[in-house]
Amino acid sequence: MPDPGTGEPLLRTAHQLIVENDDIASTLELPRLASRVDVIREICRHLAPYQAGERPIVGATVIAKDLTIDSLAIMDMVMELEDSFDVSIPMNVVAEIHTVDQLADTILDLRSKR
Amino acid sequence: MGLFDRHAGLLEAYRDVRTTGADPFQIRMERVLSPTEAIINGRKMLLVGTNNYFGLTFDPSCMEAAIEAIRAEGTGTTGSRIANGSYSEHILLEEEIAEFYGKKHCMVFTTGYQANLGVISTLVGQGDHLLIDADSHASIYDACKMTQAEVVRFRHNDPSSLESRLRRLGDKPGNRLVILEGIYSMLGDSAPLREFVDVCKKYGAYVLVDEAHSLGALGETGRGLCESTGVLDDCHFIVGTFSKTLGAIGGYCVSNDPDFDVLRVTVRSYMFTASLPPSIVASVRQALRVVKARPELRKQLWDNVATLYDGLAAQGFKLGPEHGPVVGVHLPDRMLAIGFWRAMLDAGIYVNVAVPPATPNGVSLLRCSVCAAHTPEQLQHMIEVMTGIGRQLGVISGPPKLRVVAGNR
Ligand SMILES: Cc1ncc(COP(=O)(O)O)c(C=O)c1O
Repeated sequence: MPDPGTGEPLLRTAHQLIVENDDIASTLELPRLASRVDVIREICRHLAPYQAGERPIVGATVIAKDLTIDSLAIMDMVMELEDSFDVSIPMNVVAEIHTVDQLADTILDLRSKR
Repeated sequence: MGLFDRHAGLLEAYRDVRTTGADPFQIRMERVLSPTEAIINGRKMLLVGTNNYFGLTFDPSCMEAAIEAIRAEGTGTTGSRIANGSYSEHILLEEEIAEFYGKKHCMVFTTGYQANLGVISTLVGQGDHLLIDADSHASIYDACKMTQAEVVRFRHNDPSSLESRLRRLGDKPGNRLVILEGIYSMLGDSAPLREFVDVCKKYGAYVLVDEAHSLGALGETGRGLCESTGVLDDCHFIVGTFSKTLGAIGGYCVSNDPDFDVLRVTVRSYMFTASLPPSIVASVRQALRVVKARPELRKQLWDNVATLYDGLAAQGFKLGPEHGPVVGVHLPDRMLAIGFWRAMLDAGIYVNVAVPPATPNGVSLLRCSVCAAHTPEQLQHMIEVMTGIGRQLGVISGPPKLRVVAGNR
């Protein structure tokens, strides 16, 4: 069965990809087919330290506004997500992203175009 | 909404700093006495935060050259090179810098900031790819905002992080331009340039190195990290500044590209600002001669770096990762950094304080820059002062406890 996202054949059993060229590669294995839920979970994991008060971080959270994260930390988080999901998100694209949902969709979109 | 409302957060943070009585961002140097001393708040201060690496701001030969140039050609050019023409000395300076690097072309700018801003934003355009180190200087980030190219950051000083980003571009069309710095301005660390160049070669990327803090300091003849790592020929563009080691103001870019000169009619930060005044051009030409003629200044600088860096490290301060003309001292947070800075000022020593967002990874730093003209005594004194303040503020631990022999045992 081909991957519905990329058209590539699925890896037979493991569905696992070891991310290359990354110092955390040995510890981090991500599903070959990162689902939207996986991506959002990973983003939320990065954002957790910046949660403001009790409000949970959800898809509609506006990253720069609802959280205590500054623009530099956002860029650093993006750099880590890039390596986790093996995509590059240009800075002008990052500038257009406001919510967790939009960031996840961007990552999924870039993955599907690889 | 008022025009300044968007800066409310910054204003508040800034107010916190200013209520303590001294503003690190508005220090008034009442009189600068030498490369290492000035009068601030009516007192003589030791300067350890001026980027004046060779101490050439008061070099008699550079000062004389500037004074002579003013007498001969006046105080300013009153216009840009393309509008008002070049003075012979602009062209001679460009020829001398090109020759210094063994490159064919050189363009001189009115500041290093403008050199980076204009060159980087113009070299790449729509459909191209610009890859920058995450800890790049503001002038490089600002260039990113001005270009139509796609900009991607890679981890600081990490060639494998650059490689994964170049690999991901695959066979996408467009040029790749990679931006690196010789010595990073906050922590004084150098790029692993040879490894970076190898990655760039593998993926056919152009390399631009900003040698702002490494000109004079690194390399057999002071040409910077490109020289000390033996990759001068592999760096397509080298940018630098006259505002640090050369003790004046201005910027430059050198290259061997045969079409380089087209930048003179495309780079807006070159075309639409006044060119350097004769006095500056003259002092910079002389300063370059001094750099070539007096390699002992480089040795003095590094001897002084070793004194300060090793002395502070021995007291337990957390410093940047390696010796460099910039010595960044890590402090736990912004307020402590500002308090430390103020205590230093009270003790007669001027350094820089660097806090987020101007610093990488949100760190707070006392940023010290070493000068060849510092005496070992000045630096020893500074280490003692910093040790005392560091202990008072609990940043480093106190001296080994004296064994208590008296008392009610
Ligand atoms: C790395 C780097 N590049 C460029 C510049 C800009 O130099 P200039 O002072 O000539 O504008 C600086 C200095 O602030 C710098 O640290």
